Amino acid sequence: MRFAVVQFPGSNCDQDCVHALQILGQEARLVWHQETKINPEEAVILPGGFSYGDYLRCGAIARFSPIMAAVKVAAERGQVVVGICNGFQILCEAGLLPGALTRNEGLHFRCETAPIRVETPTTRFTSAYVTGQILQIPIAHGEGCYRASPDVLQELEARQRILFRYCNPEGEVVAEANPNGSSHAIAGICNARGNVLGMMPHPERCCEPEMGGVDGRGILLGAAGVGRSL
Amino acid sequence: MKAKEFALTLGLSAGEYDQIEKGMGREPNENEIGMFSVMWSEHCSYKNTRRELRKFPTTGPAVLVKAGEENAGVVDAGDGLALAYKIESHNHPSAVEPFQGAATGVGGILRDIFTMGARPVAFMDSLRFGRPEAKGDDGKRTRSLIKGVVSGISHYGNCVGVPTIGGELVFDQAYDGNPLVNVFCLGTLRHDQIRRGAAKGVGNPVFYVGAKTGRDGLAGAAFASRDLTEESKADRPAVQVGDPFVGKLLFEACLELYARPDLVVGVQDMGAAGLTCSTCETASRGGSGIEIELDLVPQRETGMTPYEILLSESQERMLIIVHKGREAELKEIFARWGLDAAEIGTVTETGRVVVKEGGKVVADVPARILADDAPVYEREAKVPAKLAERQKLDLRKILPAKPKVREDLLKLATSPATGSRRWVWNQYDHMVGLRTVVRPGGDAAVLRVEKPGGGWVHVAMTLDGNGRWCAQDPREGSKALVAEACRNLACAGAVPLGLTDNLNYGNPHDPEIFWTLREGVEGMAEACRFFDLPVTGGNVSLYNQSPAGPIHPTPVVGVVGKVEEGVRLVPGILGKGGGVVLLLGTQESGGLGASLYLQEIHGVLAGKLGKVNLKAEKELHQLMRSVLKLKGVRAVHDVGEGGILWALAEMTFGEESGGAEVEIPCGSNERPEEALFGEGAGRILLEVDEEAVTGIEGLAKEAGVGCYRLGKTGGDIFVIRCGVVKEKWAGKELKDLFHNSLPKVLE
Repeated sequence: MRFAVVQFPGSNCDQDCVHALQILGQEARLVWHQETKINPEEAVILPGGFSYGDYLRCGAIARFSPIMAAVKVAAERGQVVVGICNGFQILCEAGLLPGALTRNEGLHFRCETAPIRVETPTTRFTSAYVTGQILQIPIAHGEGCYRASPDVLQELEARQRILFRYCNPEGEVVAEANPNGSSHAIAGICNARGNVLGMMPHPERCCEPEMGGVDGRGILLGAAGVGRSL
Repeated sequence: MKAKEFALTLGLSAGEYDQIEKGMGREPNENEIGMFSVMWSEHCSYKNTRRELRKFPTTGPAVLVKAGEENAGVVDAGDGLALAYKIESHNHPSAVEPFQGAATGVGGILRDIFTMGARPVAFMDSLRFGRPEAKGDDGKRTRSLIKGVVSGISHYGNCVGVPTIGGELVFDQAYDGNPLVNVFCLGTLRHDQIRRGAAKGVGNPVFYVGAKTGRDGLAGAAFASRDLTEESKADRPAVQVGDPFVGKLLFEACLELYARPDLVVGVQDMGAAGLTCSTCETASRGGSGIEIELDLVPQRETGMTPYEILLSESQERMLIIVHKGREAELKEIFARWGLDAAEIGTVTETGRVVVKEGGKVVADVPARILADDAPVYEREAKVPAKLAERQKLDLRKILPAKPKVREDLLKLATSPATGSRRWVWNQYDHMVGLRTVVRPGGDAAVLRVEKPGGGWVHVAMTLDGNGRWCAQDPREGSKALVAEACRNLACAGAVPLGLTDNLNYGNPHDPEIFWTLREGVEGMAEACRFFDLPVTGGNVSLYNQSPAGPIHPTPVVGVVGKVEEGVRLVPGILGKGGGVVLLLGTQESGGLGASLYLQEIHGVLAGKLGKVNLKAEKELHQLMRSVLKLKGVRAVHDVGEGGILWALAEMTFGEESGGAEVEIPCGSNERPEEALFGEGAGRILLEVDEEAVTGIEGLAKEAGVGCYRLGKTGGDIFVIRCGVVKEKWAGKELKDLFHNSLPKVLE
């Protein structure tokens, strides 16, 4: 699969995503935020970082970038769109995913490896895993507390659109293991159609043993369509 | 006001003013005096310390850019790869405005590194504060300083996407009211990418790029060259305000610019002394002159005077000289990154920095006088009157008749001084960039760096300082620091390539303080020579004193090294058990002089550190690197503050609670507390497979280095024997205290 990794001013995980995709045998190109075209066969990654310095609100300015119109079109066409960390925030601001990401409950930026639990393997992004599987994936954010209206949360639960939840090393979803206070311990969700994924943890940071693990590979390979067949 | 009086109000001395007038051949105007006041401040000119700094070894086969030549030193890491690195302090700004003070410290050192042509790939920080657990206003102020500084570093470092991968955090009464914030940055580049800060080629255009100039940070360099006082809060306008977003865009734009062949002539960041420093230094290095028009400088406020524009230390600005005719390429790149790029002047042949406003000359100074002719002082040095008294240590008056090692270790584990620093580094993105191989919390951090031809080089780095050791014995203390830094690298299998130093001291006009500085420099120089370690630059921060008195003499060293081929990196914590605990090096504890133990447990700072055996140290490091190439080494940790018992305890604090049962050698004339908590150099602890022991013993014997079997690992109880002492702790008991002490006092 060919990936388009979008570079906003202030993105800082763009090169990391390209590196991880290459390690996984995928093609990747960087797309500057002022460009206007996403090719019909491409999957899109909105990487982590501090687009536009996160001024006003995380992702609030990035969503007006010229490239975002093309990303919306791609999503509507059913192309894969993955937003990681700041990219998740941008997807919510752009209305491609519901809800919003607010300041961590503990008020601090947190960077650590956090266990997350796979809630459903029936999406392209999670097909490499089994239900309840625990992934060790780095998080690095100051505003990752997921909030949405009760209706939206109910809808996400009912439609199994919550793909990952923060959990303790034993796989239990408990308050102590929730690093940012997210509602329903949400670490990642997808849209109704299942082609747009937003997640706070960084799968690109765990695709090589030397970086501390390879648990993120399945997510990126799943985005590439190289997962277990559904 | 007369010129001379004005000069005195800006901190220049009468003698310095006379020298300026003589060099200029006329009375300088206000703008010119302002320029001299910052360029001839200690911060920019090293006028009080230059003679001492000459004592450092600065050359070596690996040195590509020497100390003092450019913004940062550069060393060769092999295969065409070079490393640019430097440490810099932001102590005074952080004392009055912790968040912005620390943030702009990060931004400032970042610019020093990418100015050299390097891509910044890692930060480390060395931080010192008073005691956060202190009662009343002192503790409250300290806690807010700590939180402010850590958030400031986190804010800037995380946003620019450069990981902060280690450092140190020290609490000691001696830094109450005068915290130390030293920031280190490492960048990587190819040999042929090294950039110079020289203005060459008459007629070449001089560009100003980056953020607009404002009134912030006015004469910050001069502010940093004074004592901190009750009135220092009024100096808040001298603290700059950072914008990491612009910092990130600026370095990406600069790196893109450098990549264009034959475009850039010279680059200099605008840090301390801003536009003044960047113009006169580039002109001086290029043997040329520069003429600029202030009306062309992008400004974010109206009505700024020439004096303000010349002395502003607004952040995220660079001066770039390109070849004539290539202006459009520079403008195109900076426009794409959304940054200002203004052609503000040209390179001339006059050897002078000429500043105009609306076409009228407002300053005209020979570049060399401003940049290089600051006076060099030999300050008076005197052995501190109370030093000999302070170095005396009578343990009989301090230690209880019967050792209370169990309580002692619990107390140590409870103290914020020794507690886990996770609370700090969890707030720093230490993984961005996909290079961090060994994360914070160990002896040295390790990064992988891509070689120009593909493949990885592993680079290890560490920051070390110890004000207590240096207060009690400035010369041996700083030797011990260098030894410890190199030992930390050895624990990662790395050969040290170069050292950068941050000399944090009090007011140099105090002969006793100046003596400790000189001793510190000489001790460090001796150790560096012994380890074949060039000093490639750094920073001097003087006037670190508040009404409560001067800080401890605190040299901080940053050492960068290359992990040897074939080394297996191992953690600093015990694994699943069933291993053997070995001690490599000496069995001597070094005694309790200047130890953390005496300070934390008995509230006493007394005695001095044992002498460092540099030869034995070097042999130990070589052995350590060889041992790491063997199979079966599970964990490695060096013995430092808190002594061998604390080092062992730290090894049990991993995720899988590690138990161990060890016997620690106790000398016949020694108290067990000395054997357990003495901070003598030259010791490394290992956990290894039983099968690996013979091989390691063989290597140690060949190397002439001691290798002692202390015990075994396993279970979840930590049991020790030492002379008459036999104690045990539940592994979890200590570990919980260790992990909770800092959050408990700060949250």
